[in-house]
Amino acid sequence: MNGLRIFFHRLRAVLFKTRLERELDEEISAHLEMETEENLRRGMSPVQARRAALRQFGGVEQVKERYRDRRGLPFIETTLQDLRYAGRVLAKSPGFTAVAVVTLALGIGACTAIFSAVNPILFKPLPYPQADRIAMIWDFGAEGSRLYVTFGTYRELAQRSRSFDYLAVMRPWQPTLTGTTEPERFNGQRVSADYFRALGIRPALGRDFEAADDQIGGPREVILNDALWRRRFGGDPGLIGQQVTLDSNLYTVIGVMPGGFENLLTPTAEIWSPLQYDKTLPPDSREWGHHLRMVGRLRPGVEVEQVRREIDSIAQEPVPEFARPPYAAMSNGLMVNSLQNDITGSVRPALLAVVGAVLLVLVIACVNVTNLLLARGAQRRGEFAMRVALGAGRRRLLRQLLTESLLLALIGGALGMVVAEVGVRALVALSPPGLPRAEAIGVDGSVFAFAFAVTTLIGLVIGLVPALHASRSDLHGSLQQSSRRTASGHQLTRHTLVVAEVALALVLLVGAGLLLRSMQRLFAIDPGFDTSHMLAVQVQTAGQRFDAETTERFFEQSLEALRQLPGVTAAAVTSQLPLSGDLEDGYGVHFESSPTADSEAEFSGLRYAVSPGYFEAMSIPLRRGRLLDEHDTASAPPVVVISESLAQSEFLDQDPIGQRLRMGPNQGPWFTIVGVVGNVKQTSLAVDQTAAVYVPPAQWWLFVDKARWLVVRTPGDAAALAPAVRRAIWSVDKDQPIVRVATMSDLLAASAAVRRFALTLFEAFGLVALVLAATGIYGVLSGSVTERVREIGVRLALGATRGNILALVIRQGMTMTMLGIVIGVSGAVAASQALVSLLFGVSRLDPLTYLGVMALLASVSAIACWVPAWRAARVDPAITLRAE
Amino acid sequence: MGQDKHDILPGTLNLMVLKTLDSLGPLHGYGIARRIEQTSGDLLQLNQGTIYPALLQLEQMGWIATEWGVSDNNRRAKYYSITRAGRKQLAEEEKTWRRAADIIERFLAPSEG
Repeated sequence: MNGLRIFFHRLRAVLFKTRLERELDEEISAHLEMETEENLRRGMSPVQARRAALRQFGGVEQVKERYRDRRGLPFIETTLQDLRYAGRVLAKSPGFTAVAVVTLALGIGACTAIFSAVNPILFKPLPYPQADRIAMIWDFGAEGSRLYVTFGTYRELAQRSRSFDYLAVMRPWQPTLTGTTEPERFNGQRVSADYFRALGIRPALGRDFEAADDQIGGPREVILNDALWRRRFGGDPGLIGQQVTLDSNLYTVIGVMPGGFENLLTPTAEIWSPLQYDKTLPPDSREWGHHLRMVGRLRPGVEVEQVRREIDSIAQEPVPEFARPPYAAMSNGLMVNSLQNDITGSVRPALLAVVGAVLLVLVIACVNVTNLLLARGAQRRGEFAMRVALGAGRRRLLRQLLTESLLLALIGGALGMVVAEVGVRALVALSPPGLPRAEAIGVDGSVFAFAFAVTTLIGLVIGLVPALHASRSDLHGSLQQSSRRTASGHQLTRHTLVVAEVALALVLLVGAGLLLRSMQRLFAIDPGFDTSHMLAVQVQTAGQRFDAETTERFFEQSLEALRQLPGVTAAAVTSQLPLSGDLEDGYGVHFESSPTADSEAEFSGLRYAVSPGYFEAMSIPLRRGRLLDEHDTASAPPVVVISESLAQSEFLDQDPIGQRLRMGPNQGPWFTIVGVVGNVKQTSLAVDQTAAVYVPPAQWWLFVDKARWLVVRTPGDAAALAPAVRRAIWSVDKDQPIVRVATMSDLLAASAAVRRFALTLFEAFGLVALVLAATGIYGVLSGSVTERVREIGVRLALGATRGNILALVIRQGMTMTMLGIVIGVSGAVAASQALVSLLFGVSRLDPLTYLGVMALLASVSAIACWVPAWRAARVDPAITLRAE
Repeated sequence: MGQDKHDILPGTLNLMVLKTLDSLGPLHGYGIARRIEQTSGDLLQLNQGTIYPALLQLEQMGWIATEWGVSDNNRRAKYYSITRAGRKQLAEEEKTWRRAADIIERFLAPSEG
């Protein structure tokens, strides 16, 4: 009660300080005058009277000070005073303040941006209940590659495994909505009944899929996501139970997923329908195709390791009721991955490397600012000494300096948030297309908190070092300007920090250099076809009116329309496009000549159903035999062209022409090999997997390729051709959705997107580190030149040449640089380990990179040394010595 | 300043100020200081200035109130007066002080045994 009243009383005093101060003055002088008058009445002389009054009163200033201590809130007032003082000090040296603030802002901003981006991907739990219990199950292909599972495998696991609460399979589905204002093609999924239960999310509206929905010939039903429901159907709850037209069939809407639902397994999917595969598993049907992804929710208490063991034993021990065809025999076992790993696995190494890099940047930024503050501390020794002499205590001085550096860190932090905001946007724009949860990236509350903590911590750490220095050193000595001995201590710390900065910058630059060299190596690889001046358009035929024949005719007509376009020199159609990022159509390839009687395939290759003219349009060279042409129709004998690598692996150097092969299911026809073409990089430039089989589309018997790529070659700018190409395709049939349009060079760049992402960030961070290190060297050297001006003057007076002085300063700077480089190299050797999975074609110890980076650092620091050295060499001994 | 002057006992200045204001009514700081000196028969070693922090503390506690007024010789001065809470506090302190003095007195009285 009293405490509170006293606090308010004191608070008022803080607020009305000037008035109260004036009143105190008035009261005290009134007091003194009354006492003086009293003394005069006692017969003293005026001077005596006044002096006696003052004596009787006691020390006026001391009384005032005690009065003020009691009156106000000394802590707040001191802090305000410190802040005002700090603000004045910082404003007085705008150069220092600007460099320090920008350095901090870059460090903090970059750090916040990176953590904002990485947090939802690597560290936050996935947005599903007990997300750690969700696992993905894959088939193992030859050489340990990951393979989609078959429906048969799913059926067997669903029946035999005891580890899962729910198990589901899914495949992509791209229906086109018609019958409303304008046709729209959606990304969606066909899923087995338990898909949403496996993820642990229920529809917000309507109901989930049930086992009864997921039967062959079952009802046509869809569940929509919230965005699609709002966009196309105005968020009308009455939509449940209504029918919509998809691909000319009527589907009943049975549910809508909640607004916050993130479908991580296909982030673009907006619509789901039951898979409705045949549970009797007819042989050689789609039920045995490797084209499904499997997700499962583990039973509580079951560990991933247990699941692996259980599934392995199921894979190893077939039972009669689940007969397996040879190509789905699970002979290599199955792969079980946690969902988190499955989704983030491909980008994890790049992201972790980037996190490491940004932490290095932050450390460098801190070191740099510490150095700046230290250098300033040295310049301000006189000031500190003066303040101690005037009665400032050690604690008071520490506090003042801490306030100063905290203020600096706070300004830096505020600016850093701006940098972070911009940085996050840039990151999302830069992010590789496959980056999971990219839509969840944003500067969020926790990241703000993180940045604030970092800022404060930096402020305290940085504030402490110079503060300790300042208060520990011999201030009386500093006041007398004989600071040679203590200065050496300062110099040592600052030199050490610069060495550390150079070393850290080298680590970053080596990382950037290695990534850059990898990228060069990667793009130096011949993809096997000409990627320049080429536009690719993926088109899908939709709706019931397209059977095998009409689909074929549509693509033939489209091709014809494209060939008519001015500026098009060649055009062709293919079912898959190399380096487009979604090559999935692979089969086991069995050669008739193969000695193994067993029907099991020896090789696997990607299948391309290509129109005549494909090889010419792509500039894939013919090695032997002939190319496919318009005579290879459905009624002609089945023929294929194979890649050189596939020919090589079966026939070595013998002529494969005239030999026969079979792909996929055993009852398929034998294809006669009529030609061999050059190898083409397929999934990515970095992956040396080139086995390919090219078939005429009309001779492919398994199914009709509804989605195909039309490729167009032009002598001019490929991107500029896009609108004309769209128009040409729509002139054939205006209802056909165009899935993607891209130039081949864009697709090529996208195939290396993760590496490019890491490289861009490393380059940016490396540049920042380089600039900071140079600033550090420059700062320390110019501080040192300022301190040694007299010494330099004496040297010059004693006959040293300007060249000697120049060499003296440059030697000092380059010694630090060299030391930093030596330490940095060992650091880089260790740190490059983390980059290995991102490198391509270069060793992490690539000598050229290391030497190049050393040369770069050395020359940049030489420039940083030159400026202060030049200043030192221009010292006029006469002036310096006279000033002494 | 003779050798026979005494320092103020800790905690007694507040009591003296309150008692002075209670018996004399509103006074300015100088008046209070003079009154304390006179009452003590000039035996107290009082730096008059110390009265001001003490007055501020009493004011913060709500035991005295302040008001600007005009002194006898037409000078603007700050007048202090005791509040009701101040009177209560004074009574309290007087009682405590008397009891303490009583106890000390008993200790110091020549023993009767």
